[in-house]
Amino acid sequence: MRYSSILIASAAVAAALASPASAHRAWLLPSTTTLAGTSEFVTVDAAISNDLFYPDHFPMNPEQVTVWTPDGSVGKLENPATGRYRSTFDVKIDKPGTWKIGTQRSGIMGSFKVDGETWRLGGRGRPMGAPGAGGPGGPGGPGGAPARSVATVADIPANATDVKLVEAISGNYIYVTADAPTKTVFAPTGKGLEIDPITHPDELVSNEEGQFRFLIDGKPAAGVKVTVVPGSKKYREAEEAQELTTGSDGVLHIKWPVAGMYWINASASDNKPSEKRATERRMTYTATVEVVAP
Amino acid sequence: MTTSKALPALPLLAPLMAAGTIATPAAAATVSVTIPRINVAEYHRPYVVGWLEPAAGGPARTVFVWYDVKKAGREPGTKWLADLRSWWRKGGRSMNLPADGLSGATRAPGTYQVALPANLPAGQYVFKVEAARETGGRELVSVPITVPVKKSASAAGTSELGAVTIR
Repeated sequence: MRYSSILIASAAVAAALASPASAHRAWLLPSTTTLAGTSEFVTVDAAISNDLFYPDHFPMNPEQVTVWTPDGSVGKLENPATGRYRSTFDVKIDKPGTWKIGTQRSGIMGSFKVDGETWRLGGRGRPMGAPGAGGPGGPGGPGGAPARSVATVADIPANATDVKLVEAISGNYIYVTADAPTKTVFAPTGKGLEIDPITHPDELVSNEEGQFRFLIDGKPAAGVKVTVVPGSKKYREAEEAQELTTGSDGVLHIKWPVAGMYWINASASDNKPSEKRATERRMTYTATVEVVAP
Repeated sequence: MTTSKALPALPLLAPLMAAGTIATPAAAATVSVTIPRINVAEYHRPYVVGWLEPAAGGPARTVFVWYDVKKAGREPGTKWLADLRSWWRKGGRSMNLPADGLSGATRAPGTYQVALPANLPAGQYVFKVEAARETGGRELVSVPITVPVKKSASAAGTSELGAVTIR
């Protein structure tokens, strides 16, 4: 299992950390989640946008995507392409069971001051000595100018003050099953926010409640806030998002108003970061699941 | 569309300039539109448009359109005008925006007064207000009216719009 500590290049993660008020959503959308036999492909769209699953903002970088096969080995992405608004790739689902496909990342982000000037760690600020050229939506210093930045905690100068660091851990997944579903890809790592599905994500039916147990560091996590959003908002009056919370046993109960693809986004934070200079750990778990009609 | 013509009556924009503090020209009716306060984690001011359609059919006439006029660059504010989908189909798509006297910045929750065009031919109309909010919903409110307006007419939305009253 690869746990990338590459500092954030994705607009979604940077935006989510830099300004919580801007909720551009990172999503993966598989062509299907259920396949018969092991000679089929799944083709996936990946993007960052407000409305699900309507790509109109930024593509996700396919290089950030990992494929986990049912036997635990790492699988292969094929035909990756990045368009203006979305990227696409294929995965040959050539082993029976449930596959996990998605992004998994962790990093330290934050800010500090040197001689009164605000610097950033991570994100997309302007590196040391570089002229200001922040990307759209990038973190801005006073007056909207991009802040200066460093790449790692070790690069923070000794004379820095007001050091505020946050550890961010996020995962964003889809699950695809050839023949009968299996659960090997859900084996908890015991790190961060994960799910232990009671109902398998590839066996969801619109007239049955979905149940997922959320875990933090391998233990049931109560009070995790979860947003559940059905796709195709464009063809409705409202988003119809559900704002749910896990119970004391860590279990989330989801009723599905209609069959279709759903985006599930869970977030939690605590004060147990692995980096000792950080004060907070923010964890998100995101998945796109398919709910079939009965 | 006749909306490219300058309108004689400018919209009265500031919420503090509520009806009563400013004399409305006798000939012109006023529409009041309420943008409700919505308690969500991520709130963006809605795009809101108001327009008139002759009840018997015919071209729509845009009365006001509030959108992110100033946003330029890679994602200009005009990008999301098509989310006002009914208005877009009724003629928004062939307008040149910004349009003098019609377009303005998005509004915070509150009640706003806008004058109807004073040169409307007498007859039956439907006044429509459509709102679409980023990460929120979309709603359309229709109020049938008779011009000249002698009797006030009102309708209210349930999610993205509050009361729409023409008097």
